[in-house]
Amino acid sequence: MREPLLELRGLSTHYESARGTRVTRAVDDVSLSLERGKTLGIVGESGSGKSTLALSIMRLLPTAARIVGGQIRFEGEDLLAKSPREMREIRGKRIAMILQDPMASLNPLFTVGDQVSESLRVHEGASRKTAWTRARGLLEAVRISAPAARMTEFPHQMSGGMRQRIVGAIAVACEPRLLIADEPTTSLDLTIQAQYLSLLRELQREHDLAMIFITHNLGIVAKMCDAVAVMYAGRVVEAGPIRQIFNKPAHPYTRALLDSVPRLTDDSHARLPAIDGQPPDPSAPPAGCAFHPRCPQALERCREQAPPSLTVAVAQTARCWLHVP
Amino acid sequence: MTGPLLQARELRKHFPVRRGLLNRGGAVVRAVDGVSFEIMPGQTLGVVGESGCGKTTTAKLVLCLEAPTGGSVEFDGRPLVGLDADGVRRYRRSVQAVFQDPYASLSPRMRIGAIVAEPLVTHEALERGTVEARVKELLDFVGLPARAATLFPHEFSGGQRQRIAIARALAVSPKLIVLDEPVSALDVSIRAQILNLLRDLQQQLGVSYLFIAHDLAAVAHMSHTIAVMYLGKIVEIGPAATLARTPQHPYTQALFAAALPSHPDEARDDLVVQGEVPSPLAPPSGCHFHPRCPHAMARCASEAPGLRAHAERRVACHLFDGLPAA
Repeated sequence: MREPLLELRGLSTHYESARGTRVTRAVDDVSLSLERGKTLGIVGESGSGKSTLALSIMRLLPTAARIVGGQIRFEGEDLLAKSPREMREIRGKRIAMILQDPMASLNPLFTVGDQVSESLRVHEGASRKTAWTRARGLLEAVRISAPAARMTEFPHQMSGGMRQRIVGAIAVACEPRLLIADEPTTSLDLTIQAQYLSLLRELQREHDLAMIFITHNLGIVAKMCDAVAVMYAGRVVEAGPIRQIFNKPAHPYTRALLDSVPRLTDDSHARLPAIDGQPPDPSAPPAGCAFHPRCPQALERCREQAPPSLTVAVAQTARCWLHVP
Repeated sequence: MTGPLLQARELRKHFPVRRGLLNRGGAVVRAVDGVSFEIMPGQTLGVVGESGCGKTTTAKLVLCLEAPTGGSVEFDGRPLVGLDADGVRRYRRSVQAVFQDPYASLSPRMRIGAIVAEPLVTHEALERGTVEARVKELLDFVGLPARAATLFPHEFSGGQRQRIAIARALAVSPKLIVLDEPVSALDVSIRAQILNLLRDLQQQLGVSYLFIAHDLAAVAHMSHTIAVMYLGKIVEIGPAATLARTPQHPYTQALFAAALPSHPDEARDDLVVQGEVPSPLAPPSGCHFHPRCPHAMARCASEAPGLRAHAERRVACHLFDGLPAA
């Protein structure tokens, strides 16, 4: 069997307070894998650790955070063993990232052409002229009209949708193998979101790109992903192929989350099956299974012991005591 | 049958665009451009549309936070235009609002009790004991313990804060609450709680809602009627259940097709609409949607379609002109 493109084994990332007295287990014993050209969705609510997980893979964590255990293997290499300099060469070239706010990801003082050609010059040593020509081709590929004219314009002269497409062009400039998108469409309007998602899909097909979508939106997962990992309080509570997860969720949290979203095709104006309570404070999660205070099926055991990751179906795992015979 | 609680007719709000020192040129943004709708007692009107479509300006007009450039609003049969200060005060008692960001809409320096009591103090001369009892009752309504009254907003999560904002809106027993993206800032597992709460309150108190959101499924779930806006105009308005299932205006179709699926089997890859919403500073001639419309005809570029009755709905599109208004 071929090795997956990206594999996380027991990854844990903790935040420590200045005096080291308080530790937040933002990412706790996470194991995941992603094949070439496939799309993985990581869903979770605020504080579930999904963004910290993405930053851990990129090794772009803030200083208070530290990877305390586990492995990140990318194309057969151990990313945690890389020097900062080696990581710089991987970032942008082999792993690219798209952030939520397209305005904040572009520098207002440089032209679009400068910004798109920058990574080509840095990572591939392309000359100013070649980089410029290739950058123009990239703008065309992300369907920016009149790309030659747009190259000399500044980000503020463009609409939000166009800026997001430019961010997409920068991300794929060096033909990365993996693209991590953190809430890439949250600030976009519906029709622009649809256009952007189909553009990402197209880029993925053309470049055989693997993608990780970090999102709180189950609709994005349903539309874009092959597999999904559901995070709660720093742990992956359930993971598997999307159809299996949407049809037969094994973890009560996943099931409750899917049920609580109103559907367009749903006529009934009945009450939504809501999840009681609040998501836990990541710095003080409940003992045992972190979901137990909100779980309608909680057992005595759930209060004391954190459930291990169990295989519940082909390629589907869940951390839930209900699945222990 | 009772009449509508609120009726807006040909409502307009134009903002002058200032260019240079002397405001020459006289350009205007027609943020809301001839919009008519009604809100029935105890019912919800949902308004959907993308940024710049005028939904928030419409909400501000209903809240009397902006004065309309033209058109009229009648509330309980009485026109709003020409109300004196006292009349506006009375109107504001009947119409309250809940905004998107519960972190920005509650004063961090006031205790919850004072926040919820503020509209009571402003609008009614009540004794302290009565106010306290009412605050307790309101907190109970929205599912918060009575001791919440003594705490500050930072001690609450986003969902709880939105409950506080709802309690404040309910304080003066309004007949209409404007909900501007009330759940967008909340975590997914909390959204259903708040939508359920709003629904229960409507059933118990008979309050009407003007519900503005970009989440189409949430709007469809909450509303009795849905209005779809595009560049300042309503392009389609009708009963929520049928409008969401069989959108008729090409823009409504595009919008609902762009909604994310709730199951992988519903996922579709075909794009219904290209391009972006044009600048409201220079909207296209004729039907504002015609440059992006897959069904555009020659007359769409020159002639703006009126909102015409079509079955239970009203649709502003030339495609429906020849059809009998059943």
